[in-house]
Amino acid sequence: MATELKMPALSPTMEEGTLAKWLVKEGDDVKSGDILAEIETDKATMEFEAVDEGKIAKILVPEGTDGVKVGQPIALLAADGEQVSDAGSATPTADTPKPAMKEEPAIPAPESQQAEATPTPHVFETAARDLVADVAATHDEPEVPEGTPLVSSTVREALRDAMAEEMRKDERVFVMGEEVAEYQGAYKVTQGLLEEFGAKRVIDTPITEYGFAGIGSGAAMGGLRPIVEFMTFNFAMQAIDHIINSAAKTNYMSGGQMRCPIVFRGPNGAAARVAAQHSQNYGPWYASVPGLVVIAPYSAADAKGLLKAAIRSEDPVVFLENELLYGQHFDVPQMDDYVLPIGKARVVRPGKDVTIVSYSIGVGVALEAAQELMGQGINAEVIDLRTLRPLDKATVLESLKRTNRMVVVEEGWPTCSISSEIIAIAMTEGFDDLDAPVMRVTDADVPLPYAANLEKIALIKASEVVEAVKAVTYR
Amino acid sequence: MARTAKKAAAPAAQQEPQIERPPQPKRYEATKDELLQFYREMLLIRRFEERAGQLYGLGLIGGFCHLYIGQEAVGVGLQSAMTVGKDSVITGYRDHGHMLAYGIDPKVIMAELTGRAAGISKGKGGSMHMFSVEHGFYGGHGIVGAQVSLGTGLALKHQYSGDGGVCLTYFGDGASNQGQVYESFNMAKLWNLPVIYAIENNKYAMGTSVQRSHSEPLLYRRGESFRIPGIQVDGMDVLAVRGAAEVALEWTRGGKGPIILELMTYRYRGHSMSDPAKYRTREEVQDMREHRDPIAHAERDLAAMGVKEDELKAIDKEIKDIVVGAAKFAEDAPEPEASELTTDVLVESY
Repeated sequence: MATELKMPALSPTMEEGTLAKWLVKEGDDVKSGDILAEIETDKATMEFEAVDEGKIAKILVPEGTDGVKVGQPIALLAADGEQVSDAGSATPTADTPKPAMKEEPAIPAPESQQAEATPTPHVFETAARDLVADVAATHDEPEVPEGTPLVSSTVREALRDAMAEEMRKDERVFVMGEEVAEYQGAYKVTQGLLEEFGAKRVIDTPITEYGFAGIGSGAAMGGLRPIVEFMTFNFAMQAIDHIINSAAKTNYMSGGQMRCPIVFRGPNGAAARVAAQHSQNYGPWYASVPGLVVIAPYSAADAKGLLKAAIRSEDPVVFLENELLYGQHFDVPQMDDYVLPIGKARVVRPGKDVTIVSYSIGVGVALEAAQELMGQGINAEVIDLRTLRPLDKATVLESLKRTNRMVVVEEGWPTCSISSEIIAIAMTEGFDDLDAPVMRVTDADVPLPYAANLEKIALIKASEVVEAVKAVTYR
Repeated sequence: MARTAKKAAAPAAQQEPQIERPPQPKRYEATKDELLQFYREMLLIRRFEERAGQLYGLGLIGGFCHLYIGQEAVGVGLQSAMTVGKDSVITGYRDHGHMLAYGIDPKVIMAELTGRAAGISKGKGGSMHMFSVEHGFYGGHGIVGAQVSLGTGLALKHQYSGDGGVCLTYFGDGASNQGQVYESFNMAKLWNLPVIYAIENNKYAMGTSVQRSHSEPLLYRRGESFRIPGIQVDGMDVLAVRGAAEVALEWTRGGKGPIILELMTYRYRGHSMSDPAKYRTREEVQDMREHRDPIAHAERDLAAMGVKEDELKAIDKEIKDIVVGAAKFAEDAPEPEASELTTDVLVESY
């Protein structure tokens, strides 16, 4: 019985890939660990290794084939001593349809050996995919002068372009962090920068967050414009002393003599099944610190326009990106110098019945909920805060004045959060406009669990936003 | 014209600090049974990790998954010398191998990787966050370098309670640049804590080679300015590793304080499952696999002791069955109950 080798899922987000190159040919003997092929995923070129011994009986997908779906058979592997010709006629047992769930006996029948030998690869379960689906299913219009041409760009490309443009313009701007140069960025955000700007301005650091956050802050105090990339903001916990005690307080403590114009940037918030130590939203942490500017964009256009503004700012900026948004496409205005104002929220979707306030990936969830609500006769306005400090209270209160109802959506913990702050603002400055208590939809108040089902319960969902909106609109 | 001042007395020649040093370790002289056991454990790690890689490709494991393939001799050589119940072990996120080498059931490790209720952390921790207090295995930590300070604290516990235990603290070449490592070194020596710092130098911190990130690439020397002696060890030879473990344990149990072992090793796979590994050549990886493989090394030693191929084949079969069983268990085990979401956040109720 030959084994089908199937297109593997080589990254958390891979659905299909290119079979770039076969490194074995039909008739070759292979053993566990041998590299069989090079496969291009959505992120990188990966090696596909054998996990069993045998002989390559037949190559089913020739090299150079694009769009090979995860799970599609790409070759047949004959077991030791088996004739290649026999293997060629292997029947793909894994494709035998399974009985529907309800017809299955209470105690599952033992699986046959063949079925176990050829399970179908698929991308692992994660609620992160639901968040991304909400983003992909909704549309976002950037604010631009009429007639400006738009180009589709991922958030990843928009961030890279923002850095490259500012680096071309200002010699003082440089990027430092782990794997930003030769590896092209752990999440490929700095792709191509080393090639264009050289090792002096695109600096690989050792794994020493506290050290390089301090070195960056010192360089900024001395007059440079560092962009410090954290592989994720979870690792910036090692460096938080410099972000808060060194960078944020310098200007004040020196009576305005000494500045620290630095950008600390990197992915923030939950990613796909990376569990408690790699899945936190630090928005509320940094937004509580006077002396910092905190930005957390949603769309690619905002990511670009606000990162450029952050790099130009005289103040220290914490720029919170989101790994799940990096690969998402948005329209970005094609302009020589697209810079957006810091501290301004944006009405992403105008509406009249309720105001949904969010930021970062929560905006996608809010937009998805707004679409569903439209079908139920509720016209929701969605506001993207974009900057968490200083917070654009005026835009939030103005919207509340019109809708009289509000829900805050936050991919993060509820306690002492941005949603806490928005609710406090509504209470103290918008009380007379409220027709219902403000509600919030946040992640569960627990460290993010690893298990797929628990992760799903813990993260925000559009359906929860719909429920909250119905509650505040008394439907 | 001013006269030339009388020549000052030459400064005393700079004294190299006199650090007491352990003897150079010898390759461990294992009995046939001992070496067979090391072989079995290394093979278990190899096959377990290959299966984990496969389950990742099948979508049964999510998030990050850092495999230990290539480094088996380090975990087995060191941990075979430790005493479960007396000593403690702590490591980073590349932790599956260290757990298997400590005799922790492969089933509950694999079930944690698949995020099931039967997993060692009830499915709530995942690949990087696994613990077994019962075994004195304190994790499984996702933040680079954090375990070094934590391990030093476990050593403080051993000293404080006088339980005779030693903490084996693993970290990688990448973590060896973190500041907290040196703060911990200072206190460990200041207080002579019983801690073995095992630096697994697999040459690459994710995609950055030691040469590109370490001003002093000889990592066993990293304790010199704290008066902590260090030894470089062939981490691809389980008996060399075990020999070094003997010396390190005698040193720490003898109250002489911390010691550093730099274990020269190599990971065959990428840093994690999503690493394209373009920072090294395929030839480099193949060369290590073909000429330095720790399991093949042990096979040669066993052959020299007269162990027949049949016997090794039987072990291979036995290990394969264990791993297939673990994978099946991990696939079939149910996910945690939804109510588990909010358990274990705090110990007490308030």
